[in-house]
Amino acid sequence: MKYSLENTFEHDIARNLGIPNLRYFGDVAYGGGAGCGAVGHAAMAIATGTAETVVVWRARNRGSGGRPWASKSNRIGGELQWYLPWGLSRPVDQIAMLARRHMIEYGSTEEHLAAVAMAFREHALNNPYAMMHKPMTREDYFDARFVSEPLRLFDCCLESDGALAVVLTTPERARDLKEPGALVSGFSQGIGPDHLVMANYFTPDPLDSPGAYAAKDLWNAAGMGPDDIDCVQLYDAFSPLVVISLEAYGFCKAGEGGPMAASGALRAQGGSLPCNTSGGSLSEAYVHGMNLIIEGVRQLRGTSTNQVQCETVMVTSGNGVPTSSLVLRKAA
Amino acid sequence: MSSPPRPVPDPDVAGALFWEAAARHELVLQKCASCGTIRHPPRPMCPVCNSMESIFEQASGRGRIWSWVVAHAPVLPSFADKVPYNVVVVELEEGVRMIGNLLDIENDAIAEGMEVVVDFEDVEQGVSLPVWRPA
Ligand SMILES: [Zn+2]
Repeated sequence: MKYSLENTFEHDIARNLGIPNLRYFGDVAYGGGAGCGAVGHAAMAIATGTAETVVVWRARNRGSGGRPWASKSNRIGGELQWYLPWGLSRPVDQIAMLARRHMIEYGSTEEHLAAVAMAFREHALNNPYAMMHKPMTREDYFDARFVSEPLRLFDCCLESDGALAVVLTTPERARDLKEPGALVSGFSQGIGPDHLVMANYFTPDPLDSPGAYAAKDLWNAAGMGPDDIDCVQLYDAFSPLVVISLEAYGFCKAGEGGPMAASGALRAQGGSLPCNTSGGSLSEAYVHGMNLIIEGVRQLRGTSTNQVQCETVMVTSGNGVPTSSLVLRKAA
Repeated sequence: MSSPPRPVPDPDVAGALFWEAAARHELVLQKCASCGTIRHPPRPMCPVCNSMESIFEQASGRGRIWSWVVAHAPVLPSFADKVPYNVVVVELEEGVRMIGNLLDIENDAIAEGMEVVVDFEDVEQGVSLPVWRPA
């Protein structure tokens, strides 16, 4: 199972590995919204017996490659015609617009976003895989340049080269493996009403994010709720998505995501809801959220470099864009 | 060095009448011919009653600032000579929202709820974009 934006194809991997019959493949759309959905689709294929073992992967060379939105012709069709002509061109612009509205409606602040960025940087310092190993102070955050006001440099994810994979198989098969597995308790996908891909300002309440729709199905599928979760890995292409997702998935009330972050709740050290314990997309690497899924598994295996007491993990992909989410739990 | 051309709409069937009106410096909105619901951006089907019949009606051209950003470098090359520039979301009197730029204002003076009126910016032969000015 792959992201629809993936450039490495199934048949290419199959012929390199010498797989004689690749009997199940597919992809999930919407960029960073795809990851948990791809894992969920893999789990469904295994649950129905369609496949026994499924690999979900994401590979990008975004650090060394080009930017996909930089090479468009100047004739813009589809939904881009409703925002790109005015210069709302970059993902950061599109999420900054929502972040501003969140500030207007709920009084959230740049200080709240700083708390998100600083917590994740603190996590990255212990993670040898992370790209960012320099501590970040509040001054560092505020001294950094604006990219799209109200968002600054450290509100934005990294540009990374990376390739990551998750292997899913049956619980019976997993018991024979060397490493302890993580069980998929539930997954969900969501697109709310009247949604455009990322410039989602046309629905009656754009802060009622797609995650809020995915959340209802996620908690039903997993048979648990936000209070049952020990650790979260929230998709963080931009820091405001963390605030919005905390609210959408019910870890706090609408408008309280920022103050929750500022209270230190997201810190692995002493926080009530450790979040993005590898450093996340802001400070570990940006591999379209696949690294968040992998850190969730590390937490359940006890191998995180910011290990917390952890029996259950929730992971999200996207929000802002069409969204997916997962609950994982420790294998018995 | 001159900037590459600005991105301009390549209208689809649903959006063509909006852009044709904009080229005449008129702001129109798509309205369901069956149930009267106004929708933006334009699309083939009414999400309320699923009718595919629609008309485009003259809009008031008045609205309020709902949100905004100020884009700083690096941006697309065609916008590079404009940084820092604003992009706003306007909530129109008709209830729908629309993206635009707010002209004749310092970026720091933009505020939520500010009343704005539509104007048009000619970006290319036959292509004009709705933009906004303080009311
Ligand atoms: Zn209708």
